Amino acid sequence: MRHVRAASAVTLALAIAAAATGCGGGSTGTGSNESPKTLTYWASNQGPSIEADKEILTPELKKFEKETGIKVKLEVVPWADLLNRILAATASGQGPDVLNIGNTWSASLQATGALLPWDEKNFEEIGGRDRFVDSAVASAGKEGEPPAAVPLYSLAYALYYNKKMFADAGIEKPPATWDELVAAGQKISKGGKWGLGAEGGNVSNNIHQTFVLGQQHGADFFDKDGRATFTSDGAVAAVKQYIDFMAKDKIIAPGNAEYAQNQSLTDFAKGKTAMVLWQAAASTFAAQGMKPEDWGAAPVPVPSGTPGTGKQVNSMAAGINIAVFKNTKNIDGAKKFVKFMTGDEQQKHLNKTYGSIPPVKAAQADAAFGAPDLKVLRDTLATSAAPLPQVPNESQFETAVGTAVKELWADAAAGRPVTEESVRARLEKAQQTMQQ
Amino acid sequence: MAAPQSFLWTRRIVLTLLACFVLLPVYVMVSSSLKPLQDVSGKFQWIPSTLTVQPYFDIWKTVPLAKYFVNSLIVASSATVLSVTIAVFSAYAVSRYRFRGKRVFTVTVLSTQMFPGILFLLPLFLIFVNIGSSTGVALYGSRGGLILTYLTFSLPFSIWMLIGYFDSIPRDLDEAALVDGCGPVGALFRVVVPAAVPGIVAVSVYSFMTAWGEVLFASVMTNDATRTLSVGLQGYATQNDVYWNQVMAASLVVSIPIVVGFLLLQRYLVAGLTAGAVK
Amino acid sequence: MTATVTEPRADTSAAKGTSRGTGGARRRLPRIPDRVRRGGLPYLLLLPAVLLELLIHIIPMIIGIVMSFRQLTQFFINNWGAAPWTGLDNYRIAVDFDAPIGEALLHSFFVTCVFTFFSVGFAWLLGTTAAILLQESFRGRGILRAVFLVPYALPVYAAVITWAFMFQRDNGLINHVLHEQLGIIDEPSFWLIGDNSIYTLIIVSVWKGWPFAFLMLMAGLQNIPRELYEAASIDGAGIWQQIRRITLPSLRPVNQVLVLVLFLWTFNDFNTPYVLFGRSAPENADLISIHIYQSSFVTWNFGTGSAMSVLLLLFLLLVTAVYLILTSRGRKGADV
Repeated sequence: MRHVRAASAVTLALAIAAAATGCGGGSTGTGSNESPKTLTYWASNQGPSIEADKEILTPELKKFEKETGIKVKLEVVPWADLLNRILAATASGQGPDVLNIGNTWSASLQATGALLPWDEKNFEEIGGRDRFVDSAVASAGKEGEPPAAVPLYSLAYALYYNKKMFADAGIEKPPATWDELVAAGQKISKGGKWGLGAEGGNVSNNIHQTFVLGQQHGADFFDKDGRATFTSDGAVAAVKQYIDFMAKDKIIAPGNAEYAQNQSLTDFAKGKTAMVLWQAAASTFAAQGMKPEDWGAAPVPVPSGTPGTGKQVNSMAAGINIAVFKNTKNIDGAKKFVKFMTGDEQQKHLNKTYGSIPPVKAAQADAAFGAPDLKVLRDTLATSAAPLPQVPNESQFETAVGTAVKELWADAAAGRPVTEESVRARLEKAQQTMQQ
Repeated sequence: MAAPQSFLWTRRIVLTLLACFVLLPVYVMVSSSLKPLQDVSGKFQWIPSTLTVQPYFDIWKTVPLAKYFVNSLIVASSATVLSVTIAVFSAYAVSRYRFRGKRVFTVTVLSTQMFPGILFLLPLFLIFVNIGSSTGVALYGSRGGLILTYLTFSLPFSIWMLIGYFDSIPRDLDEAALVDGCGPVGALFRVVVPAAVPGIVAVSVYSFMTAWGEVLFASVMTNDATRTLSVGLQGYATQNDVYWNQVMAASLVVSIPIVVGFLLLQRYLVAGLTAGAVK
Repeated sequence: MTATVTEPRADTSAAKGTSRGTGGARRRLPRIPDRVRRGGLPYLLLLPAVLLELLIHIIPMIIGIVMSFRQLTQFFINNWGAAPWTGLDNYRIAVDFDAPIGEALLHSFFVTCVFTFFSVGFAWLLGTTAAILLQESFRGRGILRAVFLVPYALPVYAAVITWAFMFQRDNGLINHVLHEQLGIIDEPSFWLIGDNSIYTLIIVSVWKGWPFAFLMLMAGLQNIPRELYEAASIDGAGIWQQIRRITLPSLRPVNQVLVLVLFLWTFNDFNTPYVLFGRSAPENADLISIHIYQSSFVTWNFGTGSAMSVLLLLFLLLVTAVYLILTSRGRKGADV
């Protein structure tokens, strides 16, 4: 037994040592300028592939090096890994200096306190907060607090439609209200063709769609104190309306309930479905062999009236933000880099390349973003996009509600009735799993 | 010995069914990898209507496949060699010696197989980072850290399996070697290891595959330069596009060396004891 | 496997002969005493393994257990020394089976049990069958051996995504065959969502897991002395009886470890459900590993996630202990 005791003593000692040396030593320091000549940058995968991203970004980083003498070490992190890598970096304090984050993560990452807050002073250093579109800045952190990041690429949802299928069904213009969309969809949905596509198995997509419908029904999903209100009448109505496109209106093919790998885009490109709600899908359509003249883009419908007028929310403010880790050893360089990436020229060039919209007002004016489909996205962003709830437990919300919607799709696809009660029951369960 | 017809027919039928089960997804991979992207996600056809080898050229451009392959190969081979060597020593000690703490050791080692990876992913990451900042040995993001992790993943099972194999090798053999003047280590390498070749090969294959296929830890602990295949392959699926044909083509390309390796190794899987070490 | 007994008398004698044979082989071991040394050689031999296990498994696990007593949410991961201690709160949340979190965990636990039972059962069955059928040399054996290891060689991500591809409702191979070609099912079914998802999970898991059982059993078969078969054959035992009387009993020691390890891995399997269903699995296939992943990484609450992991660990420890006691007793019984 002596050895057992010795072994456990060693274990304990090592564990204590590990704890004492500050496991979880994500330092809370405020950054320094110890190594002013280098920066590490984690870019998200925006282009058609990781290699393509490297090719797109490397010349820009060279330009930055020439201007400032700072060498940027680039790593393009695939989406599947990005959040886990950021979490690990946050927990350990060992991370990049500058990084891209999905804008829906902003409030959660802001709550960790690991990211540099963009207060007035910091914003001044990159040209001021006014340079950016309001909805984009609003999606960079909790309201009333300095944002945790700066908008980099923006996106919004649009209604993509197949011109030929519309013409064949005798539909003259893209629907502007949901009633029109259902009517158009029902005209088209016959003989193996369907009106609308959906990604029922994709939790995030479910959230994006139901969030917007929720806004239109006056539901926010969270109250002012950040408590979940998933079972409000508006939320229930929104979720039910979305599922009813399949369950009641029959304009979505049942198979869409399991889609999670962008199959709805493939169906659209193949002429199986006539409409799809998506953010900047042009390059995917092209990759699937669809010609640009075959499809059109219109604002996402609203309950009544005309989309994009007044305060009618018809899209989430989607996009990518750029953030700085607080404990960076090159704080000035990091800010310079953010300034460089959000500069007018870079914004025009990069957003053009990636098919996104610049969150920087001056860059938006560029003619390249006036193409019909991009104009829809740009106008939506400017007038009628709302950020997803900026609460620290946003990802819990996405998972809980997104999964509830996914299960409801499964019900609808299997022919089980989807009623107000069944929707409410699912949302009730989702709400109860929210810890806080 | 003459096997009865019933046995032969059972064998034929069962093995054919098993081979079909095993190869069905492989067939799908092959046929999908030869289709243009528009066709891959269309209605399933047994025979593709349009054939193209383009995906086999594109895979190298979409993702640095060769680099990932080399990383995986380095990580998996190093982890295998180290893991099997360490396991051989441990199993020999447990199998041939009586000492205090033996039971504790074997049971503790086995119990590590029960830890859900999720439980110690973050702590392990923190330990690596802390070792890095206090000693300067960069484990996080390096192949070394991954090798250490993977070799430890396969170690418990390897030790247990080898104890079993060693136990079944008669002790007279290594006793005799000891009498002949070999040291204990000499007896291990001259007698026990050669007699346990099939077991060691099986355990090596296992160690290699554990390291080859691991996703969760690799996704957090590697960076651009050290990313392994299992994680890297996900690079064919981006936010908006999934290059199905390329995923399949790449998987097939990287698996071929492994399957060839199996073909070469399987000779050793049947050698060993039957070859005459045991009378 | 139904053995056709042709000669009952020969059968009993073969049985006697072989059980004596294997028993003899096993009994031979304890007769020669273990080398007992004062010196530290065995410890020296164990040292590398012990150090690595400590570093990679034991210490992280202890830290994990510590985490389970703290409120480790996103507010504290940047500096988790500051995370408040919560005592047993995380555990209370996890085992409160009347509340949704505990209820979901319990449900997930049952799903995992069912999944593990069938997955391990089939993987073991297929592995044993294939290993035994490939024991004798015949034309094509080498090729088949390599073919059977193919699922093991394909990267997990690619293999599972291919299965997901095949199980698609509208364009997948499975429905194409079952519905359109064979007409076994009237309507294309969903395999990746809803009630069928558990079958999908089991099929994919067996496909991925059985080659490992096959490999280990194939190696285990090499340790059965030829003479046993020859003796049995002289005694007139047919091949089926040899399999039943010699092969299967001789595989016992390998099986003891193999089944246990398969059980542990399958219970903790993360990759298969994650690639198949994404980060939120259908209710019917909501395995505990995904559930814990959701409760820690996805929802940024590492405290609760750790508490769930620790509970899982305790359960697996218990099962393993019971299993080892039962199987060792069985083995001792056979030895006497």
